[in-house]
Amino acid sequence: MSDTKSQPALDRSDSRVRHDEGITGAIRGFIDRVRSGDLGMLPVIVGLILIATVFWSLNPVFLAPNNLANLLFDAAAVGCISLGIVCVLILGEIDLSVGSISGLASAILGVIWVKMGLPVPLAILVALAAGAFMGLVYATLLNRFGMPSFVSTLAGLLAMLGLQLYLLGATGSINLPYASFMVRFGQIHVMPAWFSYLLALAPGALMLWLGLDRMRRRAAVNLSNPGGMSVLLARVAILTLLLLFTVHYLNQGRGIPWMFGLFVMLVIAMNYALTRTQWGRAMFAVGGNREAARRSGINVNRIRMSAFMLCSTLAALGGMLAASRLASSSQQAGTGDVNLNAIAAAVIGGTSLFGGRGSAWSALLGVIVIQAISNGLTLLNLSSSLRYMITGGVLAIAVIVDSLARQSRASHGRA
Amino acid sequence: MAESPSSSQPILKLRGVSKQFGAVQALTDIELDVHPGEVVALVGDNGAGKSTLVKVLAGVHQPTGGTIEFMGKPVTMDSPGRAIELGIATVFQDLALCENLDVVANLFLGQELSPWALDEVQMEVQAWTLLRELSARIPSVREPIASLSGGQRQTVAIARSLLTDPRIIMLDEPTAALGVAQTAEVLNLIERVRDRGLGVILISHNMEDVRAVADRIVVLRLGRNNGVFTAEDSNSDLISAITGATENAVSRRQARKLEEVGEAT
Repeated sequence: MSDTKSQPALDRSDSRVRHDEGITGAIRGFIDRVRSGDLGMLPVIVGLILIATVFWSLNPVFLAPNNLANLLFDAAAVGCISLGIVCVLILGEIDLSVGSISGLASAILGVIWVKMGLPVPLAILVALAAGAFMGLVYATLLNRFGMPSFVSTLAGLLAMLGLQLYLLGATGSINLPYASFMVRFGQIHVMPAWFSYLLALAPGALMLWLGLDRMRRRAAVNLSNPGGMSVLLARVAILTLLLLFTVHYLNQGRGIPWMFGLFVMLVIAMNYALTRTQWGRAMFAVGGNREAARRSGINVNRIRMSAFMLCSTLAALGGMLAASRLASSSQQAGTGDVNLNAIAAAVIGGTSLFGGRGSAWSALLGVIVIQAISNGLTLLNLSSSLRYMITGGVLAIAVIVDSLARQSRASHGRA
Repeated sequence: MAESPSSSQPILKLRGVSKQFGAVQALTDIELDVHPGEVVALVGDNGAGKSTLVKVLAGVHQPTGGTIEFMGKPVTMDSPGRAIELGIATVFQDLALCENLDVVANLFLGQELSPWALDEVQMEVQAWTLLRELSARIPSVREPIASLSGGQRQTVAIARSLLTDPRIIMLDEPTAALGVAQTAEVLNLIERVRDRGLGVILISHNMEDVRAVADRIVVLRLGRNNGVFTAEDSNSDLISAITGATENAVSRRQARKLEEVGEAT
């Protein structure tokens, strides 16, 4: 870290601010943030380690590569739904109908593709459009009539469940052909080993490249580089080693499912949109203070519409992924715990129920926690009754952590 | 209306603007002209309609009657975004900033640089430059707004209004939460903005500030125009226009003080 000449960097001229330098500084800054209630991803990572240790000690199969690959197959569908939930939660809204939308999408897929014999892409498009339309309806109800999303989506939950049952008719279930790409994508297709290793290297390389570019540009305009080179290199090294180890371990078994790859790609795209675009800034602004956002010239109605439409479209996609995983469109699709699992995953991952805080990564980490619990309990041969109770408990803990962290942030002046 | 000091065409021209909230007539037939390079102070007692007028001009509320002309053309401002587009920047007294975003994000909210790949470095540099210009005492622009004091927030809000390169700036009680040095800086800033040929509408209860910078002082009372003054006019005239009577709480208090002084000597 070299400040240019005698003149202090533009952002280093105020003597009241402690400037954290190097790796020790970065760690000290992190501890300060956690103490003041800015927990970020910490609770979910601690939770994951805890869950893995408990289940592994009860049944070592839990951490076997093949079981983890299965877990990833299962995680993709709910993960997609949860990613959409993150969008509406950031606005401080909620969509309770994502389970029903996912079920409806799987029914539409089954009816158009198998019953009517039309091409799959058409079926997928229709299902996605149906999802987007529902989001449009919720946003319009909220924008025009001020109907709280809690109520409108609860009504939507019932209405779409009805539509799903109506579409599936008396038989109640449509089997999707096993030999089709759709089903093989949901059950069998994994990445080739060399490709997965390449993918494991990509984030580190990207991080290094972006980090160096950022440091160069900041130095050019006389801004300081907190942490500097050492922290950047340490981060890149830790991330790359972690990913390489994970990929290597999973490749001992079946490998990494393409379906999970699709989900991670969506998470990365959403993360970019939320943190690096004007739209993402507007999302957080509306979630933090709607009136201030409106007075800044942000079209609040349009932002809400985009969030609800994204949410229900992703829910429809999740429903189709679930259908391809199960090779069927049934009356049970999207019912039961799908809804709450998706919402719980987002909250467990660290997206606040109160709006204005959250991240696309919370969908990824949260859904892995949810699936790990469900997978572990299944391995222990415990019934779904117990699974529901334990998942409910974990959700309650996550919300309590969110609430406490929020109070702590308020008292530390961090909103 | 008094003769306007400038012969040029007004940037903003209000004729007969009214606003009704249910049974309450908040504004009645308001007339207001703002010329380029002119500071117009808007004064009045609590409930005189100053803030309502500001919100109408900022597109937050829609007027129930009258016309607003901007640069000679009649306009309707149906949203705050429309007002900003036209070139009317507003510093609100309340609800202006998002507490969960940092200073840079708040400054550029709604007009971020390169919308599809936010240029954080450039935004941070511009933020520091602007805050330096206002001699703002802000320790770090990467902290959430929630960690700033009231005065620091006010400075951020003022800085933001200057970012959009507006034609006219409205400041609703800009100095209410500021320290002595910052107040002086804001007044300097108002003069600098005026010298650049922008119109300024200043709302303040502080007559000292108003007299220091205003070219014209427009008095509102109970939602109506109640006279136009200049800084040269006497304080008692101004106060009687604001309170609506020559015989009022302020004059009685002054008379009593005078009597006390008279008795003492």
